[in-house]
Amino acid sequence: MLILTCPHCGPRHEQEFHYGRQAHVAYPDDPSALSDAQWARYLFHRANPRGPHAERWVHSAGCRKWFNVVRDTLTNEISAVYPAGAQPPAEHADLVPAPVVPDVPASTTTEQTKEA
Amino acid sequence: MSFDPRALPEHPDFLWANPEPKSSYDVVIVGGGGHGLATAYYLAARHGITNVAVVERGWLGGGNMARNTTIIRSNYLWDESSAMYEAALKLWEGMEEELGYDVFFSQRGVLNLAHSLQDVRESVRRVEANRLNGVDAEFLDADGVREVCPIVNTDNLRYPVLGATYQPRAGIAKHDWVAWAYARRAAELGVDLIQDCEVTGFVKDGNRVVGVETTQGRINAGRVALCVAGSTSPLAELAGIEVPIQSHPLQALVSELFEPVHPTVVMSNHIHVYVSQAHKGELVMGAGVDQYTGYGQRGSFHVIEEQMAAAVELFPIFARAHVLRTWGGIVDVTMDASPIMGTTPVDDLFVNAGWGTGGFKAVPAAGLAYAHTLATGEPHELNAPFSLERFETGALIDEHGAAAVAH
Repeated sequence: MLILTCPHCGPRHEQEFHYGRQAHVAYPDDPSALSDAQWARYLFHRANPRGPHAERWVHSAGCRKWFNVVRDTLTNEISAVYPAGAQPPAEHADLVPAPVVPDVPASTTTEQTKEA
Repeated sequence: MSFDPRALPEHPDFLWANPEPKSSYDVVIVGGGGHGLATAYYLAARHGITNVAVVERGWLGGGNMARNTTIIRSNYLWDESSAMYEAALKLWEGMEEELGYDVFFSQRGVLNLAHSLQDVRESVRRVEANRLNGVDAEFLDADGVREVCPIVNTDNLRYPVLGATYQPRAGIAKHDWVAWAYARRAAELGVDLIQDCEVTGFVKDGNRVVGVETTQGRINAGRVALCVAGSTSPLAELAGIEVPIQSHPLQALVSELFEPVHPTVVMSNHIHVYVSQAHKGELVMGAGVDQYTGYGQRGSFHVIEEQMAAAVELFPIFARAHVLRTWGGIVDVTMDASPIMGTTPVDDLFVNAGWGTGGFKAVPAAGLAYAHTLATGEPHELNAPFSLERFETGALIDEHGAAAVAH
């Protein structure tokens, strides 16, 4: 059983929390510009590492607030707890996934080619 | 084959050689579990492709194959899933003859309990869907449940048992023996089964995979087939592809031995436990996956606690049973709770993964279909719907409801 330290309530058993999957997955800035493959990537692809993982939890049986955790998925060691909306500590900056951005539209490419 | 629940299987003879890997194979199958061994067997037996290696980082059948609760059924909701699992069930029914080896396949039936009006409606819907797909299924009321499995408590619990789906052809098999049966025949047909051989990287020529790096050296391959269940994400990443999979710990446990008291398989999605009695007499129980992802092959204790509470409510006569052993496996769950089998964006690299909590029952059909895909480069009709592309096309096969384990 995990003991999670809610930033507002302190250490509590895992049963008080719900897991919210990978943290820092940004909603696309321009959703209508994404291809099907890019949409699939945004909707279905989540990090699944054997090692440190930045993830969201909600203290559903307590203060009901969301927060972020960096947990090692092999050992369950928790190396960071920080508020929702905040970035992970610098040593875990690589756990923030790159946002899904649309490919450069064909028309723009043509214009750039013309300018060149 | 007649079934005697008290019969202990004989210890198997030595079943396969332990060869050194050759420098090159037509097909290298990564993962020596049920799926990998069945795939190797069908490649050799149905397609005549015998220059095949199965590489396994541990020992054959020692991963999820050794950790499952051995339930076999085909009462899934959607056409694509019921086709796959029913094809598997038909192969299970002929497996001992085909492989010339006992696997202790026991068609004792499965009850999937309904504890609420919504459960009942979903169950009736699934029974009708099963019948349309030629899968044996009926809906039983509470009296019918007690008739099939008299030790189930239907009334005196928080969520009374209102009925159940019943698939009489469902059952259990002895998992080790299934792995050994496939391994033995595959080895006889010329497949090299290489244990203690972990894949550490992939050798690529442009966008084509041409071999694997292993702890026993480089092995060249015409085609490489991933078959590694919970390890798929890290391995696929080494090959440069992403799969929409999340890996979760799933726990199970067995009790001490008892006289035969439990004649069938009982599963409850609602209060969440599933129970059968193994051939030797252990009560075999499983529960849901842990909510978080993980690779530790252990899970949270409260999951076991809740599972035991549910078991004792459903089966009051188990109240004094002692737990003998608990364990965890890592299940690879896709976003629609259906497997992925087929080609990948890397040429000659194939993937079979995402069976979540239900990989064991699929072993023969998955092996058959995957072997076809590896031999021809094209999906078999059984696995065509389970392509990686479905997450882009949107043709998802949402089996969360029929997968029976909460995930």
